[in-house]
Amino acid sequence: MITLEHVSKTYKVSKRDAGFKSAWKSFFHREYEYIHALDDVSFTIQDGEMVGYIGPNGAGKSSTIKILSGILIPDQGLCQINGITPWKNRIRHTRGIGVVFGQRTQLWWDVPVIDSFELLKEIYQIDTASYRQNLDRLTEMLDLAQLLRTPTRQLSLGQRMRCEVAASLLHNPGILFLDEPTIGLDAVSKLAVRDFILQLNKEQNTTVILTTHDMLDIEALTKRIILIGRGRVLLDGTIEDIRRGCDSTEEALAAFYQSHGI
Amino acid sequence: MEYRKYTAFFRLQFSMGLQYRTAAFAGIVTQFVWGILEILMFRAFYQTDASGFPMTFAAASTYVWMQQAFLALFMPWMMDNEIFSNIRDGNVSYELCRPVDLYQMWFVKNLASRLARAVLRCMPILVVAAFLPYPYGMTAPADLTSFLLFLFTLMTGLAVTVAICMLIYISAFFTLSPDGIRMAALCVIEFLSGAVIPLPFLPDNMRKLISLLPFASMQNVPLRIYSCDLSGSSMQHAVCLQLIWLLLLVTAGRQLAVLALRKVTLQGG
Repeated sequence: MITLEHVSKTYKVSKRDAGFKSAWKSFFHREYEYIHALDDVSFTIQDGEMVGYIGPNGAGKSSTIKILSGILIPDQGLCQINGITPWKNRIRHTRGIGVVFGQRTQLWWDVPVIDSFELLKEIYQIDTASYRQNLDRLTEMLDLAQLLRTPTRQLSLGQRMRCEVAASLLHNPGILFLDEPTIGLDAVSKLAVRDFILQLNKEQNTTVILTTHDMLDIEALTKRIILIGRGRVLLDGTIEDIRRGCDSTEEALAAFYQSHGI
Repeated sequence: MEYRKYTAFFRLQFSMGLQYRTAAFAGIVTQFVWGILEILMFRAFYQTDASGFPMTFAAASTYVWMQQAFLALFMPWMMDNEIFSNIRDGNVSYELCRPVDLYQMWFVKNLASRLARAVLRCMPILVVAAFLPYPYGMTAPADLTSFLLFLFTLMTGLAVTVAICMLIYISAFFTLSPDGIRMAALCVIEFLSGAVIPLPFLPDNMRKLISLLPFASMQNVPLRIYSCDLSGSSMQHAVCLQLIWLLLLVTAGRQLAVLALRKVTLQGG
């Protein structure tokens, strides 16, 4: 179970106007602005739930994922994931979670994918039997057989993303964080990733938290939606709560953002 | 069991380092030319007045060849650019999402890539230098004990080098752009470690102070033990000092890493 209570995080950002004059000025006197990335965010997610975590750019989605995965410490608030506060016991916490950042890669660039997997086996101390079993299952579900012996740098984005997803699941985590996993993927790859996530949740009862800008991802995958804007939770409900009779979720969402001034 | 993830990481990184054959070949050629130039320069000085120098010419030649052969172990500028870019663009997030200690992981990574480079490059240089005519070539080690001590201090010196580099990596968490610290530190370290000229060639007072600094625990100790310039009680002191500095630098680096991860925002969305 994941609980977040009154979590806030503020960043200090230096600002200046364009041009040489203000660059010179800011050398002596720097102006800062405080950005409330997260402002009193609370929610609870049960085991086995699939939740879409959405909001406009800069809403605080990535900050939340970083806090949940233990790499960012909030200024205030409590966070418990299966009884552990992520940033206080980072190493223990990371054994139980899988993370995919769609815009980054966790595979080692210059070696075949299988080498990265073997290394992850050691890093997560996965015993050989369950590693084999997981690898076979993931290879079949994500159609990786042709890719495992190729160096990561020579994979296409869609191929790489399938390998990234597999890499984050080798150690059988109970919770999976997906930060824009379908960004930049073609239709076929998108569908493959979506199907896989659905199947994973059904078979393994894995809790999935998904951030995305693609409303089709949300429609295909999640029942529950947490919508944040300017660091606050604006809606915690279902896709119907946003749609309210509109045909296009995309347009309904844009209208929702506008009505909240974000 | 805990250590196995780091040995696995070492193996991967080491075998990755072995695949860059062209770079190794280019490195070997450069180091030959550099070694020859340096020895010719020393020859000119020694011909003027050999008694004015603290080492024999043969010992200086040996120092130069060993330095060129094991360059990859000790040169501070051979840093891992991937670590800097990971800190700068926030890719370090991924490493933090795993059950690993960042300091140990990066330490092992540096050890492995430096050793892989050295293994590829040292042999041709050592073999050729061994067959060069006396006093331009490399002399054999004096006895087995000093050879074993050489190997031991070679590894400790490597660890000290990596521990110093670690401080520079971690400073990148605080400064956004590590280039300034990096450039300044590298110039100073190169001079103070005896990479430009061997430390015994420096004026006495300066040398006494410099030999206490951590930088003297890098290549200075093993290379001078091999060429028998460092022996007896001064050698014992140097070895102890190496171990003390290693301990202090690693402790400092680990503390700094903890602080960095607590204070610093990870870059990028």
